[in-house]
Amino acid sequence: MSEFTSGFWSPYIAIITLASVIGCAVFLKATGGKRRPGGEKLTTTGHAWDEDLQEWNNPLPKWWTYLFYLTVVFGLVYLLLYPGLGSFPGLLGWTSVGQYEREREVAAKEYDPIYEKFSKMDIPALAENAEAREMGQRLFLTYCYQCHGSDGRGARGFPNLTDGDWLYGGSPEAIQTTILDGRHGIMPPMIDAVGGAEGVKAVANYVREISGQKPFDPVLAAEGKEKFVVCAACHGPDGKGNPAIGAPNLTDNIWLYGGSLATITETVTKGRNNQMPAWKDLLGETKVHILAAYVYSLSQQKK
Amino acid sequence: MSSPLPKVPLPQVEPNELESELYEVRKTIYPRAVHGLFAKWRWGLVIFTQVIFYGLPWLMWNGRQAVLFDLGARRFYIFDLVLWPQDFIFLTGLLIISALSLFLFTAVAGRLWCGYACPQTVYTELFMWIEHHVEGDRSKRMKLDREPWSAHKLGIKAAKHGIWIAVALWTGITFVGYFTPIRTLLGEFISFNLGPWEAFWVFFYGFATYGNAGWMREQVCKYMCPYARFQSVMFDPDTLVITYDPGRGEPRGSRGKSVDHRAKGLGDCVDCEICVQVCPTGIDIRNGLQYECIACGACIDGCDQVMDKMGYPRGLIRYSTENAMQGKHPEEPTALRKIASHLLRPRVLIYSAILATVVVAMTASLAMRVPVKLNVLKDRANLVREASDGWVENVYRLQIMNTAESGHRFQVSVRGLPDVRLVSETPVVTVAGASSVVVPVSVQVDPAAVAPGSHRIDFEVRAVDNERLSASSNSSFYVRAP
Repeated sequence: MSEFTSGFWSPYIAIITLASVIGCAVFLKATGGKRRPGGEKLTTTGHAWDEDLQEWNNPLPKWWTYLFYLTVVFGLVYLLLYPGLGSFPGLLGWTSVGQYEREREVAAKEYDPIYEKFSKMDIPALAENAEAREMGQRLFLTYCYQCHGSDGRGARGFPNLTDGDWLYGGSPEAIQTTILDGRHGIMPPMIDAVGGAEGVKAVANYVREISGQKPFDPVLAAEGKEKFVVCAACHGPDGKGNPAIGAPNLTDNIWLYGGSLATITETVTKGRNNQMPAWKDLLGETKVHILAAYVYSLSQQKK
Repeated sequence: MSSPLPKVPLPQVEPNELESELYEVRKTIYPRAVHGLFAKWRWGLVIFTQVIFYGLPWLMWNGRQAVLFDLGARRFYIFDLVLWPQDFIFLTGLLIISALSLFLFTAVAGRLWCGYACPQTVYTELFMWIEHHVEGDRSKRMKLDREPWSAHKLGIKAAKHGIWIAVALWTGITFVGYFTPIRTLLGEFISFNLGPWEAFWVFFYGFATYGNAGWMREQVCKYMCPYARFQSVMFDPDTLVITYDPGRGEPRGSRGKSVDHRAKGLGDCVDCEICVQVCPTGIDIRNGLQYECIACGACIDGCDQVMDKMGYPRGLIRYSTENAMQGKHPEEPTALRKIASHLLRPRVLIYSAILATVVVAMTASLAMRVPVKLNVLKDRANLVREASDGWVENVYRLQIMNTAESGHRFQVSVRGLPDVRLVSETPVVTVAGASSVVVPVSVQVDPAAVAPGSHRIDFEVRAVDNERLSASSNSSFYVRAP
């Protein structure tokens, strides 16, 4: 409470709250609660409708009055037990965060055994398990679809998970590690290393050639082949990439950002910086295990 | 309607008397058991409704409970019909039908519902029947209650309450048995193993039955029931009500059977008070129509018996209408047919017409319901992406719901744009009975053939094994400007 408002106001809020509650009780006592002493005449309120319809000045029924007093008592007890009176935390020490934690514990007790059952199975076996696939799909459609799409086929800058082509390797363990720890892929800007804009143009044409894309300029490509030496440090001398550092294979026609000459030129000139977040803390090992199996099953269908 | 309602004169009471009347402690009512035409009708309806209520949850259908409102799974099973949350409109229809029926029956024949079919009446009737058989008839019950406590009285009272509580608990179990399978529920109940909510509702509903039918009785109708209060707006001078014929009955007075009462200046009412003694709400129908009257007809049965004994014609207390009573249209000798002809008035005809329309519409839509539903959700994080061959691609999630109880295989298709093609890992989707499946699909078109912007496309799923089973839904397809 005091995080949001200055502590200065707390006593005033408490006093106004208490005064209101007690004021209600006093008002009730003064106006409605009492039965008339024997012999005292009842009067009408002085209004008449439809000639003879009159309102008698009757006291409130007793049970009704008691209900009102009960709400006053309830209010005071509530304010004593729970936070509500200025910055007074209440005798029970209740907080919304504590409530949330308790509910999480209850949920964990209920659902953890379901996940535990699957965490003992290895991923290829899980990928065949219909129930695990269904759970995996639900997790995927909750946490992963925003980037990789509902069908897992990715988008520009977000890898397609169904094509069997992997930046960091498609083994069950590699997939699990990717989800758990995330990945940070960096391609440095290479324009200076390959010798300026002309060099970039040559390298881009060479990459078009080795990826089997047409058209490309054969002369520039031959020139680019020589400049590719600096690229080979990561992508390998033959351009087949290196899953250990997430360097993509350039000899297939699968592109993260696009394989047009313009896009390749941009990539080589400016570099790329890409990140897959780590899910270990949010989802935990057991859920990631099921998720990894689902992603693995997506890539297996293509073969 | 036509004439202003007659003003009922206020009883002249002193203010303090009025107050003591308002704060008066309830006097126990000891209704006398009654036999006759209307009692038979009521018992017929008690048996009919309770055979359905207690029996229905035990029926089986397709290997499951025939009628089960599974709130946890959000499926309502009613014999062959499986209702999903999307079918909530049918509940609305059912409520409209119930309300309109209530309006119609009330306008025609007053509180028929109260007197014959309302659970409050039905369970009060059951509980009074038990009371009658354990404690004896009205005079015996009154005598027993005046007696000081003794082992004998304690035994009788304990027996009565024991049977009441047993019936009430059985009612609670039956009620919950509509929401959770009753066979397992009964097993759990016997082994003290009920879940917290099941236990709460079994005991709550059981307690409500015991309290309302055993203790509260007519007070529910008089003080708690809203229908008692607003029924007056559905009444008019042509509504059938239970009424005493003062023209024929007054002046009332006791007389011997052989005496010529007309000569003595007496009416047909022998002032035996049978009509008061049998009344479950403790009113005197001879004071005119009162809001406490639940139109159960007990006073008619009681009075007819006395009229038979006296050798007078029946019907001193009878179903009639205000207009008939005031002689607006002669009711003798074919009284009911005459009154019936006056019941066909615009209000009744309009209620009937609306009711018939809703019933027909409901029945037709239930009958023509196709047990497949399709929801389409477009991926919004990546509106558009490029396929490897340069076509533009949008991704959708199709939720296919099979609301029938047998599984089906569905073919997914899309149309609405030239050369549109659907890419899916599973073009034919198997959906088990009463379940749903989410299928991610992507739709591709040639950007050369379609203008940039948003276009409507239509998805369709059709069962491979049954052409009639299909559902469709539309969505948008986006093409980005190059």
